[in-house]
Amino acid sequence: MIFLQLFKTFFMIGMFSFGGGYAMLPLIQNEVVSNHNWITNSQFTDIVAVSQVTPGPIAINAATYIGYSTTGTIWGAACATAGVCLPSLIVVILLYAFLQKFKESVHVKNAFKGLKIAVIGLILGAALILMTPENFIDYTSVLLCIASFIACYRYNVSPITLILGAAVIGIFLY
Amino acid sequence: MYQAWELFCVFFKIGAFTLGSGLAMMPQIKRELVTRRHWLDEDEFIDIVAVTQSAPGPIAVNLAIFLGLRIGGVKGLIATAFGSVLPSFIIILMIAMLFQGIQNEPMFIAAFKAIKPASVALILVPVVTIAKRTGVIGFKFLIPVVIALLITFTPLSPIYIIIASIVIGILYYGYKKE
Repeated sequence: MIFLQLFKTFFMIGMFSFGGGYAMLPLIQNEVVSNHNWITNSQFTDIVAVSQVTPGPIAINAATYIGYSTTGTIWGAACATAGVCLPSLIVVILLYAFLQKFKESVHVKNAFKGLKIAVIGLILGAALILMTPENFIDYTSVLLCIASFIACYRYNVSPITLILGAAVIGIFLY
Repeated sequence: MYQAWELFCVFFKIGAFTLGSGLAMMPQIKRELVTRRHWLDEDEFIDIVAVTQSAPGPIAVNLAIFLGLRIGGVKGLIATAFGSVLPSFIIILMIAMLFQGIQNEPMFIAAFKAIKPASVALILVPVVTIAKRTGVIGFKFLIPVVIALLITFTPLSPIYIIIASIVIGILYYGYKKE
């Protein structure tokens, strides 16, 4: 039963990938290309390319695309997407319940102090991973990045305005 | 009910316009929920960002679900879960059904050459705001830098860094108080 398989596989992907986004890619590739042969490596590269030009989490994009292309129906896409989201749902609800119960605990507060420092590093790491020659093709890219940062941080420009603005600039520039 | 609908709209709008990792969505989520609607304060928002990084799965979805649950209970959770997932789901389905090869369109490629560096900037903004807010500045900022380098240049999984930081936090700050 392909629908159940899709659900199960993407449930596993959702359950065992930490760090989100690009950190999930190797696991997804291993499951859908090597283990299940649902798509070829070149199709996988296509999905990554499509994900880069469409909004939303890459794991959701991959789940939707693979679910649709292996079954040819929206239900396949829905099964895979539900599968990849369900672990988040379960774990986040448990975390929420746990924190509601123990938020006054000294240990939880101290854990948060440590965690927050690490999270700054994880977010910085996510930015570093994207600073590749493919994403920063010339000096203009660097200027665009700095200008966007200043616009958002200092002048409070809305990120949505910023992305739309960047799209227009890109079309004129390249 | 109205709040749940508003939560759905906020996350749908953000999901439809933000590219790259879920982290690029953070400045916009903060803007909508903290600055504009005052549904929670900045310190709590940062706490939630920290917690949701330690859960598995897509960070954007984790963050949306936690915030939905915190702000609007079960109704809020359903609203933000669908709001954050539906935009990508619909867009990818449309591409898979109708626009195969959209990633090779010259207009698209040109727009994204500029969008990608802008998205990286959007991820860097919360690095600075969280660091300032939590007092991780000056010499202390070296710790996140080292973590970022480890994540980028070694195959070390972020989960080990999360576990280590929780353990070190409990031991270090617990010891300091005594």
